[in-house]
Amino acid sequence: MKPTDIKDPEYFHKVVDCQYACPAHTPVPHYIRLIAEGKYPEAYMVNWDSNVFPGILGRTCDRPCEPACRRVRVEEEPVAICRLKRVAADNKGDVKRLMPQGPFKANGKKVALVGAGPASLTVARDLAPLGYELHLFDELKAGGGFMRSQIPSFRLPETVLDEEVNFILDLGIKTHFNHYVASMKELLTKDYDAVFVGTGAPRGRDLPDLPGRQEGKENIHLGINWLGSVAFEHTKKIGKNVIVLGGGNTAMDCCRTSRRLGGENVKVVVRSPFAEMKASPWEKEDAQHEDIPIIDNHVPKSFVVENGKLKGMTFEKVKAEYDAAGKRKLVPVGGPDVFFEADDVLIAVGQENSFPWIERDCGIEFDKWEMPVVDEKTFCSTNTKVFFGGDAAWGPKNVITAVAHGHQAAISVDIFCNKKDLVKDRLSPFVNLVSQKMGIHEWGYDSEVVIDQRYAVPQADKKVTLTNRKKEVELGFDLPTGFKEAERCLNCDIQTVFTETKCIECDACVDICPTACITFTENAEAETDLRAMLKQPATNKTQDLYVSDVLPTKRVMVKDENVCLHCGLCAERCPTAAWDMQKFFYNVTKAHTHACSK
Amino acid sequence: MSYVKPKFRHPELPKNKLGYTVDYYEGALSTLCAGCGHDSISSAIIQGCYEMNIEPHRLAKLSGIGCSSKTPAYFLSNSHGFNSVHGRMPSVATGANMANRDLIYFGVSGDGDTASIGMGQFVHVIRRNLNMTYIVMNNGCYGLTKGQDSATADEGSKNKTGQVNLFESIDLASLAIELGATFVAQSFSGDKTQLVPLIKAAMKHPGFAFINVISPCVTFNNNLGSTKSYDYVREHVEATATMDFVPQMQEISVSYDKGSQKQVKMHDGSLITLNKLAEEWDPLNRQSAMNAVLNAKSKGEILTGLLYVNPDSKDLHHLIQTSDKPLNSLVKSELCPGADALKEINAGLR
Ligand SMILES: Cc1cc2nc3c(=O)[nH]c(=O)nc-3n(C[C@H](O)[C@H](O)[C@H](O)COP(=O)(O)OP(=O)(O)OC[C@H]3O[C@@H](n4cnc5c(N)ncnc54)[C@H](O)[C@@H]3O)c2cc1C
Ligand SMILES: Cc1ncc(C[n+]2csc(CCOP(=O)(O)OP(=O)(O)O)c2C)c(N)n1
Ligand code: SF4
Ligand code: SF4
Ligand code: SF4
Ligand SMILES: [Mg+2]
Repeated sequence: MKPTDIKDPEYFHKVVDCQYACPAHTPVPHYIRLIAEGKYPEAYMVNWDSNVFPGILGRTCDRPCEPACRRVRVEEEPVAICRLKRVAADNKGDVKRLMPQGPFKANGKKVALVGAGPASLTVARDLAPLGYELHLFDELKAGGGFMRSQIPSFRLPETVLDEEVNFILDLGIKTHFNHYVASMKELLTKDYDAVFVGTGAPRGRDLPDLPGRQEGKENIHLGINWLGSVAFEHTKKIGKNVIVLGGGNTAMDCCRTSRRLGGENVKVVVRSPFAEMKASPWEKEDAQHEDIPIIDNHVPKSFVVENGKLKGMTFEKVKAEYDAAGKRKLVPVGGPDVFFEADDVLIAVGQENSFPWIERDCGIEFDKWEMPVVDEKTFCSTNTKVFFGGDAAWGPKNVITAVAHGHQAAISVDIFCNKKDLVKDRLSPFVNLVSQKMGIHEWGYDSEVVIDQRYAVPQADKKVTLTNRKKEVELGFDLPTGFKEAERCLNCDIQTVFTETKCIECDACVDICPTACITFTENAEAETDLRAMLKQPATNKTQDLYVSDVLPTKRVMVKDENVCLHCGLCAERCPTAAWDMQKFFYNVTKAHTHACSK
Repeated sequence: MSYVKPKFRHPELPKNKLGYTVDYYEGALSTLCAGCGHDSISSAIIQGCYEMNIEPHRLAKLSGIGCSSKTPAYFLSNSHGFNSVHGRMPSVATGANMANRDLIYFGVSGDGDTASIGMGQFVHVIRRNLNMTYIVMNNGCYGLTKGQDSATADEGSKNKTGQVNLFESIDLASLAIELGATFVAQSFSGDKTQLVPLIKAAMKHPGFAFINVISPCVTFNNNLGSTKSYDYVREHVEATATMDFVPQMQEISVSYDKGSQKQVKMHDGSLITLNKLAEEWDPLNRQSAMNAVLNAKSKGEILTGLLYVNPDSKDLHHLIQTSDKPLNSLVKSELCPGADALKEINAGLR
């Protein structure tokens, strides 16, 4: 294999599993160390820069970082990255003084942001310090988008949401709430230099053809509409017996909200097997903890309505079968249909985009699925003035993805308004690599690896939370537990950097490495061969091999990044400092930093 | 600040026949200098014991004094251990072995511990063919006391202070063969592919198994002009950088061709060649092995690999006809069979 090019920032970036997996590439280990040091405002600001909503995300993030965490491969449970973010947010103190301070000198450019969800809010935050005049539209009465209308207060208290939305609005954003934008054409005739569409995926999928759907409609609700109506306090009650259809996170929010609105016998019924449900494992756990059974392998057949009143639903029992290609088929197992009683049914079987307000003749091309054609890198539509991001771009995802889109769209808007090239004039990420050596056995980071298992986040008493819709269930880590959880982080951003010209091939690093990462071996042409030749064969192909140039003995050093603990022992035991532990800092360039360096 | 070895190991480590992964054979974290050859030898011992499916409680580690003699703390934490007086490991090993012949005895010593203060004990334990493995971690100096020349330092080798050694070195391998050792080998700490099998063979050998392992002291004997330094070797390679030379450097690498000769730069500019046992030399023939060692030496080479083995070795217990049952497990009824038995013996002597 060719020597690894560690000058390519993406090589070391990939080693920082969590950061790499985070759509916004939040420098996770960096902020976790700040938490361990008790520097909560700093930890908050690292997050704020990257993901804009640390307090919100510290409670609700889909956390793609956690399954990626190295700790999963080394022991089992990832570091509680998400809940540590909350520790930073809960203890941040006054951070407003650390944020850009307006009023900002106007740059004469005007941008319309349609929809006030996380995507638009991110664009707003990134562009405001540059002096843009930003007009934010939403049909709802306040900002936050689905974070406000969909995510229930027992997961995300309104105060937390308000605070972080207001950090942005306070940068001088001109808000137009209770304002539905009914025509893109009309918007384009106004004097906006650019338009950003962050209108989300606002339409809940229905089951219109199921028998009884019409007759029972009084008590059959679309999950997201119902949640929105609860959030804005139009709906305050639900029947005793509730069926929630669907296996995603919306279904979990629906069933848990039902429990708080009078639902005593609430059950989730889902077509797929339990293990294949879309909901995150922790969402399922939380629902079950609130005495909500999840009944899998049941396909809805009909609503049972008697005398105009919904009585329940019938289901067909199925099982999952897989063909050779692994494709799933649900096949009936036979036997009579199953009946479940219900006073109300909530349908939470998916969401869709819909753009009734965008005329199809205003230069924005739509594909055969009625989705706008959007460039994956620039977020620009076929109308060069109009940008998309968040759920509006490629369908429903999550908050952190909307934020990541927002950052990129903001850069594009800024480049566009400055009449530069959206692709060529994008800046690469900010990267830095600094040695952590401070002395013998002395590193600039806490290199000790603790064996503590993941700490559980304490929850408020069920008796209280089930009777008060707004009472937050999770209490968050207290500081001592937060510290201990932070210590579980393996500091994957502290990279092992190898300099072959210094190596005397004494084997000390090979001998000391606790997880058998390092091998000195003859090289091989093919990566698969080299993987098999290592001291401990490198079976995890998603993890790279770090290959050195040829050494005096004609061998190469090969390090399997897979389960490196970043303990620094290789560097500590190396007599010549051929190994060094170097802190790698990688930060996605945002519109304001982008502008500064222009 | 930390200097703690993490508890985590590679999740896919294979298990040996006893169901242990290799880390079960590890010891405490080494306090030797970073890059010390001795640590590599410890690692080879760990690997050898793991591969040999040794039950740790069936093995006793013995050593004298020195950096080398400290290493038993760094391997086989679950085994017995005795860190004895300087140069006196053989007598402690003899005592232990006499009392309990059932354990595997693994001795670790240094060139100072063996070739100077312990020379008297060393030669006698060879003569007696005590059933044990005896490794000398040979760095040509007294590492622990800050690098004075030892008796194995080569004549003409320069130490860290620039002093040239005036004295002829003691060649431990030829001495062992000369004195009748029944298993003699030589190796290099940087060559685990060779060292691990040698250790495994030595542990299996019924009798005294001696391995002299060249093991650079990075701190006190790694200087220019030393005949036992890796650094100097590599620097020189780079300085001359001839095409013929580089492949020959593979002596510290994975495999040797039988009968081939590989070179390591160990002298002030001069080449010392590490030879694998050449085909015409008969490892079963003491005379031939002796010749091979002497020939190599006269050419400035160090022969590594198995030098001599006597498969018919009879160990000390056999020679003095002790009981098959370990002495320490004989109970009173076996040791004092009683008046009747005495009468019988006496009757037989009339
Ligand atoms: C029940 C539920 C729970 C969820 N829980 C989580 C969670 O825990 N964690 C997570 O990461 N994600 C969660 N999500 C997904 C997440 O909320 C969205 O992916 C995210 O909010 C998308 O952000 P966005 O900025 O693209 O749009 P949205 O947040 O959807 O905001 C779009 C806004 O645009 C407004 N709008 C639309 N059209 C117009 C128009 N024409 N004129 C004016 N305003 C308009 C809407 O009113 C809305 O406020 C959840 C989703 C649902 C449905
Ligand atoms: C009876 C006695 N004399 C002298 C010493 C001092 N001393 C300690 S270690 C050592 C030499 C060790 O050399 P070697 O066996 O080669 O071990 P190394 O440290 O080189 O591995 C000496 C002379 C001692 N500890 N005890
Ligand atoms: S930091 Fe070095 S010694 Fe520690 S696990 Fe990684 S490669 Fe091994
Ligand atoms: S410890 Fe350092 S000098 Fe020794 S082999 Fe490893 S990298 Fe090379
Ligand atoms: S002084 Fe020499 S022999 Fe002792 S630990 Fe250091 S390098 Fe090894
Ligand atoms: Mg010595």
